[in-house]
Amino acid sequence: MYQRYPSLRLGSVFAMSIKVHARDVSRTFHLRNDQGRNVALPVLDGFNLDIREGEFLSLLGPSGCGKSTFLNMLAGFEDFDSGEIQVDGEPLKKQDFNRGMVFQSYALLPWRTVRSNLEIALEIRHVPRAERHKIARYSLGRVGLTPFANQYPHQLSGGMRQRVAIARVLAYNPSLLLMDEPFGALDAQTREDLQLELLRIWEDDKKTILFVTHSIDEAVLLSDRVAIMSARPGTISEIINIDLPRPRNEDIRGSAEFARIRQYAWHRLKHEVTRPNEFNGGEGI
Amino acid sequence: MVVSKKLVDLTSRSTGLLAFLVLWEITPRLGWVKPTYITPPTGVARALWHLACTGELWKHTAISLQRVLISLALSTAVGVLFGLFIGYFRRVERNLDLLFQAFRQMSAFALFPVFILLFGLGELSKTIIIFWASLWPILLNTSTGVRNVDRVLIRSTQSMGASKAYIFLHVILPAAAPEIFTGIRLGGSYCVMAVVAAEMIGALSGLGWLVIYSQDTFNIPDMYAGIVGLAILGMGLNYVLSWIENRFTRWRQNVYAGE
Repeated sequence: MYQRYPSLRLGSVFAMSIKVHARDVSRTFHLRNDQGRNVALPVLDGFNLDIREGEFLSLLGPSGCGKSTFLNMLAGFEDFDSGEIQVDGEPLKKQDFNRGMVFQSYALLPWRTVRSNLEIALEIRHVPRAERHKIARYSLGRVGLTPFANQYPHQLSGGMRQRVAIARVLAYNPSLLLMDEPFGALDAQTREDLQLELLRIWEDDKKTILFVTHSIDEAVLLSDRVAIMSARPGTISEIINIDLPRPRNEDIRGSAEFARIRQYAWHRLKHEVTRPNEFNGGEGI
Repeated sequence: MVVSKKLVDLTSRSTGLLAFLVLWEITPRLGWVKPTYITPPTGVARALWHLACTGELWKHTAISLQRVLISLALSTAVGVLFGLFIGYFRRVERNLDLLFQAFRQMSAFALFPVFILLFGLGELSKTIIIFWASLWPILLNTSTGVRNVDRVLIRSTQSMGASKAYIFLHVILPAAAPEIFTGIRLGGSYCVMAVVAAEMIGALSGLGWLVIYSQDTFNIPDMYAGIVGLAILGMGLNYVLSWIENRFTRWRQNVYAGE
């Protein structure tokens, strides 16, 4: 049965405020290099991160530092070699009804209409058809795409497709949202529109969001905290608190405080990028 | 308006065919080739009409069609099932890859003597040769289709909590459908080719038999009538299979038309 999951569980008041708890997580990929020799590529090494309940946290780091790897672990796509990850105080599960992911490439099923795409997760949860339609219509309304319910994804622009993908996750109301460079494939104007839209949606119910991005600007605008990752093997090198007032809008980009935090984050990131690194390239690892 | 546009479209598509028919008609008539060996289209049409009137044409077409459809149904069932299985379990696919590539290259016609040896000269060996010829494109296309499903579609559905069964039925199967149908259409045309060979060797009925028997008895117009009949049979089958394919994969054509 479909239900809104209560995020508060009695008896674990202390653990409750931590949504995701990652300790000493390590992961090494075994690849074949140009010479055909097997090489071990440590992607994450002693990775620690706590994500608080209801916070918007961005992961920022140099290419190939393991941001996406960590996200994929949380999504249940990827294993880790050692360490532990807990969600809501329990070990990470491969299959979980309570988490949602938004991909850079939208990942809409092209043979389904927009509305039918929104109903996938509800189908999986055996929600009755009438209720599915109702929920889908409501979610589509939240991203302002109600008139497009019966269109197919290829009939929409990139920005609209990503709105549908966000609505699709909102439809089943997961308590943890994972976003893997969701606006990375969009043009600058659409990207800014969607950033503000995401802020507006997030303000409604303050779900926990882990947001992976390459854009410092985006990370600072959206987040409560920005975690800077070191070059591979990735660890968190610094967490920056973003004390900008909420609710935020586009004007905040012009403020002195925004510029100051942005500058600081840029310096920290630059430090990581220019550190000598044995392996280079390989984004997506 | 729409009708005339369709007519223009059909006319322009038939240009090559019409030119060929004209050339075919005049060369024997002008004596450029021996009319004894090459019957002009009007003569072939007359022969077809005659065969249709005596009921011979329908009898042989029905038998050939029946052989094709039975074998195609079998190869579709076996090919799609195994293709899905092999495409889904990559390790199995890797172990069987070389074997299948070898089987695919092994001509059904070369194997016909083997089938006759094992299954005799009856319907069974004919069914098996047609089945063999059409199995491989269906099986290999299906497994490629499954293998090429965009991983991000699978992952996104998985992240919503989907079971493996749901992902297979609602993501992998529809995503692979276009390639599966291409395989079936390819298999269909291989069937029509193989049925001719099967009927030419050891059969007493079917369009392929009609062709070889007419040549043996020097009834050249009937021979051409049989060849034309086979071409029409092949085109008809392809048309029906494309129609089914379009119905099931309409979203895909729109994707390409739109972008």
